[in-house]
Amino acid sequence: MSSIKIELRQEDVNKIREICTSFKNDPQELINVLHKCQEHFGYLPAEVQEVISNELVVPVAKVYGVVTFYSFFTMTPKGKHPISICMGTACYVRGAEKVLEEFKKELGLQVGQTSADGKFSLSSLRCVGACGLAPVVMVGDKTYGRVAPDDVRNIIKEYE
Amino acid sequence: MEMETIKLTIDNKTVEVPKGTTINKAAKELGIDIPVLCYMELKDLCIENKPAGCRICVVEVQGRRNLAPSCATKCEEGMVVKTHTTRVLNARRTVMEFILSDHPKECLICAKSGNCELQSMAHQLGIKEIPGQEIAAMSTYKKDTSPSIIRDQDKCILCRRCEMMCNEVQTVGALSAVNRGFMATVAPAFEQNLEHSTCTYCGQCVAVCPTGALTEVDNTPDVLRALADPSKTVIVQTAPAVRAALGEMFGMEPGTLVTGKMVTALRALGFDYVFDTDFAADLTIMEEGTELLDRLTRHLNGDKTARLPILTSCCPGWVNFFEEYFPDLKDVPSTAKSPQQMFGAIAKTYFADKIKIDRKDLVVVSIMPCLAKKYECQRDEFSVDGNRDVDFSISTRELASFIKQANLDLNNLEEGEFDAPLGESTGAGVIFGATGGVIEAAVRTAYELHTAKKLDRLDFTELRGLEGVRSATIDFNGLPINIGIAHGLGNARKLLNDVRAGKSLFHAIEVMACPGGCIGGGGQPLHHGNSEIIKARAAAIYREDKQKPLRKSHENPFIIKLYEEFLGKPNSEKAHHLLHTHYFDKKKKIIVKQ
Repeated sequence: MSSIKIELRQEDVNKIREICTSFKNDPQELINVLHKCQEHFGYLPAEVQEVISNELVVPVAKVYGVVTFYSFFTMTPKGKHPISICMGTACYVRGAEKVLEEFKKELGLQVGQTSADGKFSLSSLRCVGACGLAPVVMVGDKTYGRVAPDDVRNIIKEYE
Repeated sequence: MEMETIKLTIDNKTVEVPKGTTINKAAKELGIDIPVLCYMELKDLCIENKPAGCRICVVEVQGRRNLAPSCATKCEEGMVVKTHTTRVLNARRTVMEFILSDHPKECLICAKSGNCELQSMAHQLGIKEIPGQEIAAMSTYKKDTSPSIIRDQDKCILCRRCEMMCNEVQTVGALSAVNRGFMATVAPAFEQNLEHSTCTYCGQCVAVCPTGALTEVDNTPDVLRALADPSKTVIVQTAPAVRAALGEMFGMEPGTLVTGKMVTALRALGFDYVFDTDFAADLTIMEEGTELLDRLTRHLNGDKTARLPILTSCCPGWVNFFEEYFPDLKDVPSTAKSPQQMFGAIAKTYFADKIKIDRKDLVVVSIMPCLAKKYECQRDEFSVDGNRDVDFSISTRELASFIKQANLDLNNLEEGEFDAPLGESTGAGVIFGATGGVIEAAVRTAYELHTAKKLDRLDFTELRGLEGVRSATIDFNGLPINIGIAHGLGNARKLLNDVRAGKSLFHAIEVMACPGGCIGGGGQPLHHGNSEIIKARAAAIYREDKQKPLRKSHENPFIIKLYEEFLGKPNSEKAHHLLHTHYFDKKKKIIVKQ
């Protein structure tokens, strides 16, 4: 039986309710609600999922199921500068894996982790639609094309 | 209007089926049994799991490039289907090899060994080795043990039957498919343990799991230890639904009643007294029926505090459900404890006094068709100074295993009789095992107590059947009593929503968490998707009722004596203290941080 208490600030609860209301609390809009909430909070902690579950009347297990199914959703807070390495087919064949390895080594992070100081987080994604520039790396909204492992240190330096 | 039909050929035989029929069902019409694994159907209960996930049931359709999953592919006019070509058999074998490559090979000691659909399928498909096994990775998950259910997701094959049961049938929503790819599994939210989820322990996930991923907590070692302890007097109570199903695990036809043989087996296992939960079911009717009449009379006299409808409270899965989802209605159900707990409370007071032993030296074991009963007997409010009213609850399946461990052959045992005084029951107590039975038993007693007239019929067939939600109006000598019945928690939710909205016109509602009632409980022998078995058990229950010399709870002489010697009157202060309970708000609360 459930007995866990969920703790959130009132303004956070209000924000989630506002987002759910903007989608008419329609359970079919779960993915859109999750997008908006992640946009606002930066990630989707358990507490946020619990409130969404309550508002849309969808079992929280289902909400969690959707969050863990789509790689875009995350339950760990992203860094101030989220770094994403494209592992789509085009980027992959042009050496994205080596670039990713270099980022892992330089930052001391695994994919899905955030640095202790909250500055960087590392993730991989599948195709950003810039295959002509493969391999592609994104830091926040900025796109870097034709990235070689040797470029990695300089990219990180820009944000330190 | 005539139904549109389709003609097709399966394995060179022509068949005509209604439009919309799947290839698998059309094949069945021809007597062709296409193997299925994730697919499951309980026809009479309108339950179907059809995720087309495992691909064991693939067939070749002429003109189609890929093999088709027969469980989910609809028939088309002129279709030519082959169900066992080389290509089909190879595909099935490959699918099975992939499933097995990520499945533990501990069949010898698995709880499901010998009763596992995956094991049977591997056998049927003749799998003798798994290519690449030595280099194949295995996904591992942590084992989760709750008071009733064990989850061992390493053995999950993602058939998603449990998810369908938990969400679509029960609307409990404790389980969902989570993660993707290799780490995909079925789990509660945030992959927490069941204990921290909304799980009601109804055990319907366990009842449909084809492998050892979901099993019951095995309490037979606890029972064996108690039986071996010379300082303890060990007594047992058996729920009505057990006698209608236990025989199945000894090769008997579904619907075979084994009441007498079961009693003999229990005595041979070493129980000091073999009693019947049916006795406590009769007691439940006395308490719940009196409560119904009291609320009804007050309501008719204009007392606004008398809440109607009254809801039955025998089923612990159902109690867990409304505590979680309808805590605002927690004063609506009857306060009467379940028969299991009434039995425990009387055994550890009245009976312990009679045989002059301390309650701490008396061990009460229950045999239940149910897994939620394991949780129920562990609830704090059902203990006195840490000593439980019911010490251990074991399921029908566990009892069968226990009997086999003791090398007893149920088939060849003599018919035994329950012990007095807690073994005497009426037909009303027996029918608690089937959906509609509790309310039928209550009607038999409430009618006679209310009208002071004898009933001229005892079979209220309008209250029986397997339809999910049923209703009937019974004439109480000029006073029409509206009765609602729901089995399966999703059906109960529908009636509860009406009660919450103030729209319910019922005076009394019976709810059972499991489809079919206790005969379809989570602790019963596995039906493997055959709802005929559940129908046969229901028929057996009503057969036993018909055979009983007494069929009304208030005529049970030992119940009458219990009130005379010990309890006073139904709903007396003493009865309230021992036989009634209260409910809790278990809904998750959102706390706002300051």
